[in-house]
Amino acid sequence: MRDTVQPNRHVPDRLTSRAQRMLRSWEALLLAVAVAIFMLNSFASPYFLNAWNLSDATFNFTEKAMIAFAMALLIISGEIDLSVASIIALASTAMGLAAQYGAGTGELVGIGLVVGLLCGAFNGVFVTILGLPSIVVTIGTMSLFRGISYIILGDEAFRGYPADFAWFGQGYVYWVFTVELAIFAILAVVYGVLLHKTNFGRAVYAIGNNPTGALFSGIRVQRVKFILFLLTGLMSGLAAICLTSRLGSTRPSIAQGMELEVVTMVVLGGVNILGGSGSIPGVVIAAFVMGLVTFGLGLLNVPGIVMSIFIGLLLIGVIALPRLWAMLRQGRRAS
Amino acid sequence: MSVLKKVIASAAVATALLSGPALAQDNTRIALVVKALGIGFFEAAAKGAEEAAAELGGVEIIYTGPTDTTAEGQIEVINALIAQQVDAIAISANDTDALVPTLKKAMDRGITVISWDSGVAPEGRQLHLNPSSNALIGNMIIKLAADHLPDGGEVAVLSATTTATNQNIWIEEMTKVMGDYPGIDVVSTVYGDDLADKSYREAQGLMQAHPELDAIIAPTSVGIVAAAQAVVDAGKVGEVNVTGLGLPSEMAGAIESGASQSFAIWNPIDLGYSATVLAYQLAKGGAVAEPGAEIPMGRMGSLTLDDNNEGAMADPFVYDASNIDAFKSIF
Repeated sequence: MRDTVQPNRHVPDRLTSRAQRMLRSWEALLLAVAVAIFMLNSFASPYFLNAWNLSDATFNFTEKAMIAFAMALLIISGEIDLSVASIIALASTAMGLAAQYGAGTGELVGIGLVVGLLCGAFNGVFVTILGLPSIVVTIGTMSLFRGISYIILGDEAFRGYPADFAWFGQGYVYWVFTVELAIFAILAVVYGVLLHKTNFGRAVYAIGNNPTGALFSGIRVQRVKFILFLLTGLMSGLAAICLTSRLGSTRPSIAQGMELEVVTMVVLGGVNILGGSGSIPGVVIAAFVMGLVTFGLGLLNVPGIVMSIFIGLLLIGVIALPRLWAMLRQGRRAS
Repeated sequence: MSVLKKVIASAAVATALLSGPALAQDNTRIALVVKALGIGFFEAAAKGAEEAAAELGGVEIIYTGPTDTTAEGQIEVINALIAQQVDAIAISANDTDALVPTLKKAMDRGITVISWDSGVAPEGRQLHLNPSSNALIGNMIIKLAADHLPDGGEVAVLSATTTATNQNIWIEEMTKVMGDYPGIDVVSTVYGDDLADKSYREAQGLMQAHPELDAIIAPTSVGIVAAAQAVVDAGKVGEVNVTGLGLPSEMAGAIESGASQSFAIWNPIDLGYSATVLAYQLAKGGAVAEPGAEIPMGRMGSLTLDDNNEGAMADPFVYDASNIDAFKSIF
């Protein structure tokens, strides 16, 4: 190959340069939005630029983002898990039950993660072995998992977690950096490497783009999907540990409605809801955008419903913008 | 980089235009945090809070709450309030326990925290304002019946379930004060299980078994509506007066038809008013929340705290033909 091409001639393999692509990418757009929101916030409220306040604000997204990383991979592979918030409820209930019988912090963490894994496996079996659509299966398990919590707890609550269990949701690693933020940062790196630097990550993209093609390329499609459901369950278990620790108690209504916020975060992060594309840096920035927006509007005492409207508009806006941009460019070229 | 720079530059210009004058900081800022926004009961409480603010002077009310009645949503709201360094938080909690760590943090940072309506565990607040007390409710339900029976008469109780804790306590408290109402006889106590159809049948049965019955007391919002309907259907309006605890929106018809002369429930306006005055007193150092303390709350008298730093605001508020129209659209 090499000797057929003159060594000093540059042959472009892409139409645009690397820098140009990065600038036009979803992540760049999101980052600009994040920076704009950050600046708007610091002008709009005198309380925004305060290390402790910003530290408190990170709780608005850390737990959701933990799940969003795994969910991003799952959605890229063409599946979805809507039961994540219910997995939190069930895992938290299991931990509460264990705490009643005197389980220590280590055991509680183990129980939370194992229950999360089991729930993920349950979803995974139905989707990958029985071949049912994940959206249907997980809408079912969404009611099932939380239903079990309601049966166990009714209108009661579990309290009395060990004192050192509070470390996960209320502790600080260093200065204003919370334990949850540290977990978020570590997971961001782990999932970034997993999706973008490993064969497994390539397989996830391949499955999302063309499952049949992936299968004929020797990728064990169902096994990869099963692992992704396990991961999503595990992350839900981890989020359950953090949230339970932060609240110091468990009620069956815990994390109600969180699944949609997680999916919103993933889609805002540029992951194609139909599968096949998306990136972890995008999800990381989306997490910050959502956290900054809710906290900033909260500082201005904007009612929650207006906040939901704002997030909705942001989501539609960020999704529609590149599309509009493309249409505009095409229109210009055609005329 | 030019695109990004342009975006940043225009954002900066936009923020400079939007930011406007600095916020006024002199007022005492009291946050009224509710279970969720858009609920009539809490909107009315906010009205009461504004009334208190106008009376106290120099008070700014921040009326806020999550979109859904979740503890997580309230925590986000509280974190934003802590960041703003408000002077006091008065909260109707979605969860007794889950809010405790966050509210503790608020208190650690010098913010006065009280709960009202729906309480927080004692370690997460300085005091809790109950709308009323069991003794006051027990007295009120029999008083409502007796007020319209100057010469005495027969009354019957239509309760919820036999195991309903609240109703049983209220009936017990009612029995304790029966001596204050001579000539009034409680001839029967029946249970409608808080089901509309069963409550309706039980009320019918009461009227058949006791032809001289003068009043039905239903200390449950389901039972009182069903009993009023049974009285209307039996053509006994004017003979049997239905009273007890109910919601104005559901009881407006019964008041209009005359099946019910009056009934009682807490008044959310008074509740918001009292919570605001109490929060103000504590934040300003005008009062200390400790067992036995008596804290004045403006036109609502004063609040006496028990060993748990809880207190009862007042008698349940009486609703009748004179005020039902004003309240039926509220809750």
